[in-house]
Amino acid sequence: MKTTRIMIVAVGGQGNILAAKLLGEAALSCGIDVRMSEFHGMAQRGGVVESMVILGDGAGYCIADGEADVLLGFEPVETLRAARKCSARTLVITNTAPVLPFTVALGHAVYPDIPLALRSLASRVGKLTTLDATTLARLTGSVQSLNVVMLGALASSGVLSSIGTGAFEKAIQGKMKAPLALQNLRAFQSGYEACQNEIRGNSACAVE
Amino acid sequence: MTHPLLTDTADRKMLLLGNEAIARGALEAGVAFASAYPGTPSSEIALQFFHIAREQSDLYFEYSANEKVSLEMAAGAAMCGLRAIVSMKHVGLNVASDALLTLAYTGITGALVVAVADDPFMYSSQNEQDSRYYAKLSSLPMLEPSSVQEAKDMTHYAFDLSEILRSPVILRTTTRVNHASGVVSLGHLRRRVVAGSFHKDPYSYVCIPSVSRHLHPKLLKKTDQAANIADESSWNFIEGNGSFGVVCNGVSYGYVVDAITESGYKDRFKILRLGFSHPIPEKRILEFLDGCEKALVVEEGEPYLEEAVRVVAHKNGLTTPVFGKGDDLFSRLYEFDPAIVKNVLAKVFDMPFPIASPINTRDFPAAPPRPPNLCAGCPHRAAYLAVREVFGDSAIYPTDIGCYTLGLHAPLNMGDFLIAMGAGLGSAGGFARATGKKVVAFIGDSTFFHSGLSPLASAVYNRHNFLLVILDNGTTGMTGHQPHPGVDVSHLGLDKTQIDIESVVRGLGVKSVTTINPLHFAKAVEAVKRISSESGVSVLIMKAPCPLYEKTLPGHKSRRPYEVRPERCKNHRICLDRTGCPAFHIEENLVKIDSHRCTGCALCAQLCPEKAIRSAAREDNKR
Repeated sequence: MKTTRIMIVAVGGQGNILAAKLLGEAALSCGIDVRMSEFHGMAQRGGVVESMVILGDGAGYCIADGEADVLLGFEPVETLRAARKCSARTLVITNTAPVLPFTVALGHAVYPDIPLALRSLASRVGKLTTLDATTLARLTGSVQSLNVVMLGALASSGVLSSIGTGAFEKAIQGKMKAPLALQNLRAFQSGYEACQNEIRGNSACAVE
Repeated sequence: MTHPLLTDTADRKMLLLGNEAIARGALEAGVAFASAYPGTPSSEIALQFFHIAREQSDLYFEYSANEKVSLEMAAGAAMCGLRAIVSMKHVGLNVASDALLTLAYTGITGALVVAVADDPFMYSSQNEQDSRYYAKLSSLPMLEPSSVQEAKDMTHYAFDLSEILRSPVILRTTTRVNHASGVVSLGHLRRRVVAGSFHKDPYSYVCIPSVSRHLHPKLLKKTDQAANIADESSWNFIEGNGSFGVVCNGVSYGYVVDAITESGYKDRFKILRLGFSHPIPEKRILEFLDGCEKALVVEEGEPYLEEAVRVVAHKNGLTTPVFGKGDDLFSRLYEFDPAIVKNVLAKVFDMPFPIASPINTRDFPAAPPRPPNLCAGCPHRAAYLAVREVFGDSAIYPTDIGCYTLGLHAPLNMGDFLIAMGAGLGSAGGFARATGKKVVAFIGDSTFFHSGLSPLASAVYNRHNFLLVILDNGTTGMTGHQPHPGVDVSHLGLDKTQIDIESVVRGLGVKSVTTINPLHFAKAVEAVKRISSESGVSVLIMKAPCPLYEKTLPGHKSRRPYEVRPERCKNHRICLDRTGCPAFHIEENLVKIDSHRCTGCALCAQLCPEKAIRSAAREDNKR
């Protein structure tokens, strides 16, 4: 399979590593080769967490600047921070709900105007899809599921056509116990539908 | 439930983390004895054995007090014929190196794999030393995997090689292998041999000078034997037969292969991947250089392979130009990525290697930084504030390695010198003697057992003057809550003897020892004040559990979060500005507490002059 490079960025505690694992397991169950690397040295302490997921042909474990086919951001500032991984053809899918760094609370840094920044980003990449995954996750029963909402959005983007939704659902059921799995399946569906709606022209989750 | 790494279905494919693959390789090799001191990026290797040993009692695993002890422990078992593994981060090998370098002389009778994880770019380390030089320094064989599958396969092979050579074998990885995941094809699990025997042979094992003089030549002979194996090893392979040569190791191999494949010039190149990289496979390198117009060495870190290739070329009278590190070429700093490798390939071989074009992000608003911070409710925050309350900026604060290193950041600003485990305490007397100033050194509980005992004894003996604060949160916090000798682990069903830190400190001759909960803030400040004028070595143990760890303990009840009472709040933000607690945020220009993050530690409530911060529970009761 042609190489597909997916960069996932998040704040510690948002479930980035688990999302990458679910994506990896889903790919593996479809017979696709997976190489991933994760950076979470001090993530529990509120830092940035990055996962690189490379599907298909190749030997490397790392995505260089401009190489990402997809940038999946669980937090809008983290999406901006990782924007150098994008080229003019990258698909960016980002959550719009902010998680304020404590440097902002302390007044040591400013949280940027997100809609404005995302508009600039949209004009430079292949496509930008936005959704309030935090709210969608809350509506399905737990804010903790925002990672799976984002995975649903990724699954409906069309980039991973060789991984069916069934593979994702199987991966979710394989990693979680029944009640939690059920709630996460709803979260997956919710992210999937949110992006389908956007594709159909419903602007509920679009940036403009 | 059976641990996933105990799946005994050969050829089954699993998605594994590099560190899980290493543990699986050891299990497939029939490992019987494992020991470690945790350290990123190696920690998950030991974690697998920790869990598996609780399921399968014939596998012995222990978290030892430090890397040197864990190596010695595994060496003892391997001297009795068992298959043993010890895992550590790169700087841990510095601690263990004293034992390793002479263990190379005695060798072992079973098998011993020393897994060491380097951290190029220092994602979570104090330096980015290249541990491959330890193989050279000790004359021990070294293996370096390039992929997660190889991490498993090489670990298994490392045991076999160790048994053949009767010598420890170093398995050297980097973060990008340890924390990579990939599809791994499983092999069979070999039955472990759990009982060994020791055959006394003091003239081979007791390294007095006369014995060592006879062991060193034996070691060199073993090195020759290992070099012959390395020359024939399938871990050192040549791909392609072009005239442009590329030598690489570890993760660099993936970048090289991908770059050359994508470029479409596969026929112009020849790749030598060195996976068995000490002793240097000279014959294999010579075979590779034959017919090479020029050669480029692609390796992160120091020019270890580059030097070796140059030596081989020189010894054999070859004038093949060899490139590697240099101003316009590869750096000795940080990690590589595919673009860095393509750039140098393009320069050295003068051909295009198309590089992706990143979008322009220069005019994007700056992303506010998220430096790692002490967690909400972390007792270290209170401990630092209590010390700062008394000494401000007037004292010198040597600190140490663990979560509490994060006290360095504003607004706490606690931490003036940090180099190595135990070195905050070790250096304190030097700072005090040289300046005559007040010195307050900090050390965590796990670090104290790791390397705090001998510097404390030395400071007491030499009559130094400083205050040592032991930040005792009851666990090894930063690396994921591993137990240490000061932790009660009976709730895990583990039979261990808990050691009381205060008794240890008194036992080492410290006369002034105080234990206090830093979250009782006024009392903590009082204690620091009382001790502040003492001469000699005083020890203040600031004891309160890590809130993340505490949550995992049986019978734990969460405290109610705190909240700001808007009618009392004067919005001067002393609470936020002094503590920097991540549970605070600003909403419509007012301070709020995130009830999901607040652990109810009550530090801020004790700092607020207006008493405007109260437990949400009390509010409920009032209503």
